[in-house]
Amino acid sequence: MSNGSSSVLVGESNPLDRFRQGDLDAFESLFRLHQRHVYGWILRIVRNPATAEDLTVETFWRIYQAHARFQTNRAFEPWARRIATRAALDWLRTRRPESELTEEAMASQNTPSTDPGITAEIRIKTAQAFARLPPRLRVAAILAVVEQQPHKEVAEALGISVTAAKLRVFRALRLLRKDLERQGITP
Amino acid sequence: MNAHNNEDRIQNLLRQSLPPLEIDPEPNRDLWPAVLRHLDTQSTEQPRSKWLWFDCALAAGLAVVILSIPASIPMLLYYL
Repeated sequence: MSNGSSSVLVGESNPLDRFRQGDLDAFESLFRLHQRHVYGWILRIVRNPATAEDLTVETFWRIYQAHARFQTNRAFEPWARRIATRAALDWLRTRRPESELTEEAMASQNTPSTDPGITAEIRIKTAQAFARLPPRLRVAAILAVVEQQPHKEVAEALGISVTAAKLRVFRALRLLRKDLERQGITP
Repeated sequence: MNAHNNEDRIQNLLRQSLPPLEIDPEPNRDLWPAVLRHLDTQSTEQPRSKWLWFDCALAAGLAVVILSIPASIPMLLYYL
């Protein structure tokens, strides 16, 4: 597969140009260079290594499908991150609320909280309430609040403005607070 | 000030409940073969028919609406 499609390509141009023309070898170079970053980004969103691996494969498939739309005057990594975020969001939308974060929340209860006022039960309930939020709000909050990524990067990954990203985080936290208050937990 | 503290508290609670991941995680296996398999599978697959089914369902739905409520035709024409 690799040899077949690379024959179409121009020899000495840079990998991004060659990737744009569909060169599989150039695509592999980009994959090797960026897979770790893309995997890490997706893992931060879905928080499950096996799912993150599958979504990394899906992301790079989408990237290859979109090779002709790539603008070579722009950086590859933010573009890849945006496609990865979309793939992760699509996956989150197909999941039942509470099904993906609960396991991790249960596992994390073994690590002691740095705040003695936050019990294991509160942490589980918080993780479950967070999993009930709409995926687009959840992604913004997990990246900006939990992973502490810059708002600009979060906004770019979501394909929205920085203000819109901040608004999503604000709404996520407000909904989370309301959900917890309904359960008698006052953060 | 109070609102700011509230926001800090909920953010802290969230971070305690879902701790941030390690700095630079990496996949447990080489994903390139899987990417190649995915590319091969998708290129040999028949064109997806889900839109065809969706189109048929939409057309059937429209036909039912038109037959049962003929007065809806001008409205449908307006929106289509």
